[in-house]
Amino acid sequence: MTRSQPWYFLPGPAPWPVIGSTALFLMAGGAAMWFNGVSSGPWTVLAGVLIMVYMMVRWFGQVIDESEGGLYSRRVDLSFRWGMSWFIFSEVMFFAAFFGALFYARVLAVPDLGDLEQKLLWPDFSASWPTAGPIAADPFTPMAAWGIPALNTLLLLSSGVTLTIAHWGLLQDRRGALNLWLLLTILLGATFLGFQMYEYGHAYSELNLKLSSGIYGSTFFMLTGFHGFHVTVGCIMLTTIWIRCLSGHFKPDHHFAFEGVAWYWHFVDVVWLLLFIFVYWI
Amino acid sequence: MSASIHDTARAGHGGGEDHAHHPSGIMRWVMTTNHKDIGTMYLCFSFAMFLVGGLMAFIIRTELFQPGLQFVAPDFFNQMTTLHGLIMVFGAIMPAFVGFANWQIPMMIGAPDMAFPRMNNWSFWLLPPAALLLVISLFVPGGGPAAGWTMYVPLATQMGPGMDFSIFAVHILGMSSIMGSINIITTILNLRAPGMTMMKLPMFCWTWLITAYLLLAVMPVLAGAVTMILTDRHFGTSFFNAAGGGDPVLYQHIFWFFGHPEVYIIAIPAFGVISQVIPAFSRKPLFGYTAMVYATASIAILSFIVWAHHMYTAGMPVTGQVYFMYATMLIAVPTGVKVFNWVATMWKGSLTFETPMLFAVGFLFMFTMGGFSGLVLSMAAVDVQVHDTYYVVAHFHYVMVAGALFSAFAGVYFWLPKWTGRMYDETLGKWHFWLSMVFFNMTFFVQHFLGLAGMPRRVPDYALQFADFNMISSIGSMGFGVSQVLLPYIVYKAVRHGAKAPQRPWDGADTLEWTHLPAPAPYHSFETPPVVK
Repeated sequence: MTRSQPWYFLPGPAPWPVIGSTALFLMAGGAAMWFNGVSSGPWTVLAGVLIMVYMMVRWFGQVIDESEGGLYSRRVDLSFRWGMSWFIFSEVMFFAAFFGALFYARVLAVPDLGDLEQKLLWPDFSASWPTAGPIAADPFTPMAAWGIPALNTLLLLSSGVTLTIAHWGLLQDRRGALNLWLLLTILLGATFLGFQMYEYGHAYSELNLKLSSGIYGSTFFMLTGFHGFHVTVGCIMLTTIWIRCLSGHFKPDHHFAFEGVAWYWHFVDVVWLLLFIFVYWI
Repeated sequence: MSASIHDTARAGHGGGEDHAHHPSGIMRWVMTTNHKDIGTMYLCFSFAMFLVGGLMAFIIRTELFQPGLQFVAPDFFNQMTTLHGLIMVFGAIMPAFVGFANWQIPMMIGAPDMAFPRMNNWSFWLLPPAALLLVISLFVPGGGPAAGWTMYVPLATQMGPGMDFSIFAVHILGMSSIMGSINIITTILNLRAPGMTMMKLPMFCWTWLITAYLLLAVMPVLAGAVTMILTDRHFGTSFFNAAGGGDPVLYQHIFWFFGHPEVYIIAIPAFGVISQVIPAFSRKPLFGYTAMVYATASIAILSFIVWAHHMYTAGMPVTGQVYFMYATMLIAVPTGVKVFNWVATMWKGSLTFETPMLFAVGFLFMFTMGGFSGLVLSMAAVDVQVHDTYYVVAHFHYVMVAGALFSAFAGVYFWLPKWTGRMYDETLGKWHFWLSMVFFNMTFFVQHFLGLAGMPRRVPDYALQFADFNMISSIGSMGFGVSQVLLPYIVYKAVRHGAKAPQRPWDGADTLEWTHLPAPAPYHSFETPPVVK
């Protein structure tokens, strides 16, 4: 049973949400125009992105000030914990949709396309994975698991370890270790992203594997692409808390922002493991 | 900025001298972090969207008044059915219940506000841009989305730019729902007053807790589905394209994995409102509270494993049909528990029938009807006959309108005295109920017959033998639409000229907002949490 403290920090009126909504409106409307060839589309998106970055810097900045100003009680801290956990849960469900698409394609859709009924339509199609479908434009080579992807697995797993060592440093108030291991985590994440970009270039230029390479290309690039996007966001979050660590923020008993970022990083890590197994390996 | 933070922090400390400290004019509403202001905005936005969606229904029913094409082109008719569905589901019904959640949950559990007040503001202020994107889609080349609110492929992949605007609108609506859900879950789990154990939570809070989990689990899936449509449209992916090894039916699976829980996202908070109203006017506690909690949770869990009953005609192995059929019928069990418990609550109660209770009893009858027609549809063999006919339209309007909407009306009349400190006009309220009830049934009951006789949905023209029932339905819908004008008038009249409401106008209402807070509820309530015994 919970016991409520008499004091719970309630923020005053804030302009940030409506600024964020304006940004999203510009980004969404601009992207819809962009994709349909309206020349002002990209600029509208850019304006939205800039406003969004400004909003996030200011809003998060205010939250950091409040946190360092001691306005957040244990109960506020607990709210953040619940909030972050369920946010990560919603992210899991977002990836579940794309993994679901991958499993459905591999187990149901592609075998169906190769069954007897479809033989009249596409006599030469053999339903084996990976495939670009019965009307594949160009042949492609699938991405091998044991080159860069395996190395990337190692990088991300190590980054989970270094992050945990940094956390120990924070808990034991060894700030030097905290800053060092956190920096190492960021570098591992950045290296992962660098390899990932190299891999995409390799896929496009040498393997002829593209986003438009049928269902294999679709699931490969959308799953790894969204994961890469999440790693990028994770790196930005890690950098933010690294700068905060350097400025002397966080105490051994009060550092939820650090833990929230760590949870997020481990989530990204687990998603990668599933990607490595189901997209690259088997 | 930091000065104002400090002020509010002290106000939050329980000072009390700083009660309604907020910017005035429009900025009060734009920047507010107060759960009551945000709840009010949700409810007003929802009603505005209800009128916009209603206007589209008016266009639909006007065209269907007679056979033949009278007023609108078929493509525009399809845009109207699509946007009517999207706006009513995402713009009217869902925000209405989030509005109730905002107003009621902190007051019912003895919390000072929602757990994340600024994010709460953002959840609301994401809705107007999303609605704007939907409306803009009507004015771009090719017009609005016309693939139905389900946005099935390949229709959705072939349509004009309007579909892109709708896709992004759905993304933003999803963000709003996810943030709102996180807020509601955290508030209920973390901000309960001392002594308010989980099994003492008012039923409305329980239903919203469960609904918030449903939203968290399925809104991201919908976002994924529409993202796949977007990339299929513009970036050459083949998720839903058989030529590239994909499958259009995959979209239906992903959509309905969201879509079926979505039905309960709408219905379960409605159950919550009804579970507060019926005990209050029966002057008895809710019968079988524990069973109600477990029944609600069971409905929510079952909703994840029945989605393909929307797809019996899409091609499915017989074993699949049999599984989804039985799983669907299973939902009738916990739903039955709820209906019987509401009836048992009324049993031997000293009943009075003020407007909230009328809407609640109306809900009970009509929602049960909608549930029964749902059972009929759950049978694969029957569904193959009536799939995509007006029988389905009748079924889900019984659940959405006479179910969710009536329960929202019940909630408005029930809590209006607490929100405004004024009583509404009881006679006008009763008129609102009876007109809504009669015209609702006139509109939708006959659609059962139309569907059974084979009239397909989403068509602007129809065969002559359907003419009579369509005319009755159209007349009913006009009456229903006009009757709804009563609601804003009744609310306006109550606020302006209503009699002062006592703290607890309903004898049987015993949750914290009635027992501990005056009417109207102060701008900041429960800065110091009450102790619940």
